[in-house]
Amino acid sequence: MYRYDEFDHAFVSARVEQFKDQVERRLAGELTEDQFRPLRLMNGVYLQLHAYMLRVAIPYGTLSSRQMRKLAHIARHYDRGYGHFTTRQNLQYNWPALKDMPKVLDELASVEMHALQTSGNCIRNVTADHFAGAAADEVADPRPYAEILRQWSSMHPEFSYLPRKFKIAVTGAERDRAAIQVHDIGLHLKKNDAGELGFAVYVGGGQGRTPMVAKKIRDFLPVEDLLSYTTAIMRVYNLNGRRDNKYKARIKILVHETGTEELTRQVEAEWQVLKETDLKLPQKDVDAIDSYFAPPSLPVRPEGWSGLAAARKADHSFSTWVDQNVTPHKNPDYGVVTISLKPIGGIPGDATDAQMDLVADIAEKFSQDEIRVSHEQNLVLPHVAIADLRIVYDLLLTDGLATANAGLITDIIACPGLDYCALANARSIPVAQRISERFGKPERQADIGELKIKISGCINACGHHHVGHIGILGVEKKGEELYQISLGGSGDEICTIGDITGRGFSSEEIVDAVETIVDRYLDIRTDKEENFLATYRRVGAAPFKDALYSEAANAA
Amino acid sequence: MSVKVLTANRLTDGEAVWLGANGEWLEQIDGALIARHAEAVSALEEAGKAAIKSNLVIDVNVIDVEERGTNLYPLRLRERIRQLGPTIRLDLGKQAEKPKATAA
Repeated sequence: MYRYDEFDHAFVSARVEQFKDQVERRLAGELTEDQFRPLRLMNGVYLQLHAYMLRVAIPYGTLSSRQMRKLAHIARHYDRGYGHFTTRQNLQYNWPALKDMPKVLDELASVEMHALQTSGNCIRNVTADHFAGAAADEVADPRPYAEILRQWSSMHPEFSYLPRKFKIAVTGAERDRAAIQVHDIGLHLKKNDAGELGFAVYVGGGQGRTPMVAKKIRDFLPVEDLLSYTTAIMRVYNLNGRRDNKYKARIKILVHETGTEELTRQVEAEWQVLKETDLKLPQKDVDAIDSYFAPPSLPVRPEGWSGLAAARKADHSFSTWVDQNVTPHKNPDYGVVTISLKPIGGIPGDATDAQMDLVADIAEKFSQDEIRVSHEQNLVLPHVAIADLRIVYDLLLTDGLATANAGLITDIIACPGLDYCALANARSIPVAQRISERFGKPERQADIGELKIKISGCINACGHHHVGHIGILGVEKKGEELYQISLGGSGDEICTIGDITGRGFSSEEIVDAVETIVDRYLDIRTDKEENFLATYRRVGAAPFKDALYSEAANAA
Repeated sequence: MSVKVLTANRLTDGEAVWLGANGEWLEQIDGALIARHAEAVSALEEAGKAAIKSNLVIDVNVIDVEERGTNLYPLRLRERIRQLGPTIRLDLGKQAEKPKATAA
């Protein structure tokens, strides 16, 4: 894992001291709220419905046990005993007091964490494939490049006041688990025919009120040119992005209005100026960062497979969990374990302080001291020996962390919604809970197969509803919550924005509507191998709309 | 008939509060100063501006409520949730101290 150097320590500590002073001045009345608001936002402090909210960055979703224990400690001592893992690989505390914020940031700094650039019109926390450095299908670990981007973008003076916020995601596998095509910049680390590493560069993706799939503007960018090319994109955006209308200020609008070809031309022209400057990455610097992410030295553990077979035979629940929540590792003696934060009927992404401590303990003993946070609001143990799966499962069971539903219909993404969020128009979490309960039986989930439901409580789409196989958007209409459904969205390598089905559904109707869609899918799929998305892509929206809105459906 | 009250979040901890008839900011909506006509609403707005200036509260808003018996019932779900707490965690927020209430 990356460790802070002297510069990082000094920089983060200085920012904590600076914010401490700003909070003191605010509480003393020396700063007005108008003066203080942009300062607190730069440090991840929002105001929500019930209290302040602190958004902590988890760069590229990687945590050590020590860091996770600190997150638990903060939840216990400064909050209400839990935290909420988000679709941006961040952690949010929902109840901290303003006067405690400097102490919390101090605590975070002590384990090399912070809340910088988790808000504001700057380059936000760089996200990455949550299986990075472990997945069997990976070409190379993308996290060293995410770390280089983090260092480069932290307090970058030129890019601290962009037209709007800016999100970068990086993946190192063909299978896109980081949803890079719905980010402002998506980087796909790959090898060319000569075996050299480089990036396919995507620009202008995003969700929100104007969802767009990013455009690929370069098929192969040598890794040494990462910063010069990214700077070129940022400069074109910073210069030409709209500042007259907040809703048209993201780079996706610039790409759309300029045209991909012309925008690419502008970026390439800017890049020619920057290409041979100090922004070219020296190999020794890349190697230095790379060394922090060197694969752990994993002991040979071939005995796991025979033991696993017996354990699976003896316990069907364990076997189901292995099928659903364990993904192939680069090392055949190991697996990548997804810890579901989606217990049936639970709150997606929430973890108690005790659960965080438990995960930290398990990671320390059984996963090389590493934990990942996924944008799907789950946790990941990236390096678990097959031989240790049973004991890890048993430990997870002790605190409700062994739900075998990764990628299934109850593995729902949901934003905090109107239960917490000042921007929301409708609640998300209770809808997720009711859907989870409706489909919670293991046999039913297994029969339905892979199906991603994503729910947002407002048009800002923090719940990624546009790329849900079934997406649900909550709005407020005539004082009531109303839920729009979209179908066929996907955030993976074949990225699509879902199609809105038609009129929305009331809170009472929405779970039945989802069940109607699922039942229709089960009726028309060619066989069990054809998952929901494949069926939707084959037949389109018509059979589902028919099921939802036909006269017969309405009479039922 | 709907009437109006003034709500905000307390500066120090973000707690949802309502302006009381005694001029204090209350942690519960009961006892909030009710504005029944335009002049009274203007007075609420002025009180809000003054409170912002004195750095007691932030995010000050006049909201619609209904008088239901002796209780005040915010018309928007958003405000009912602020009044009580998250609907999915009845152990948190003000409702944890008022177990009989429901938010939605």
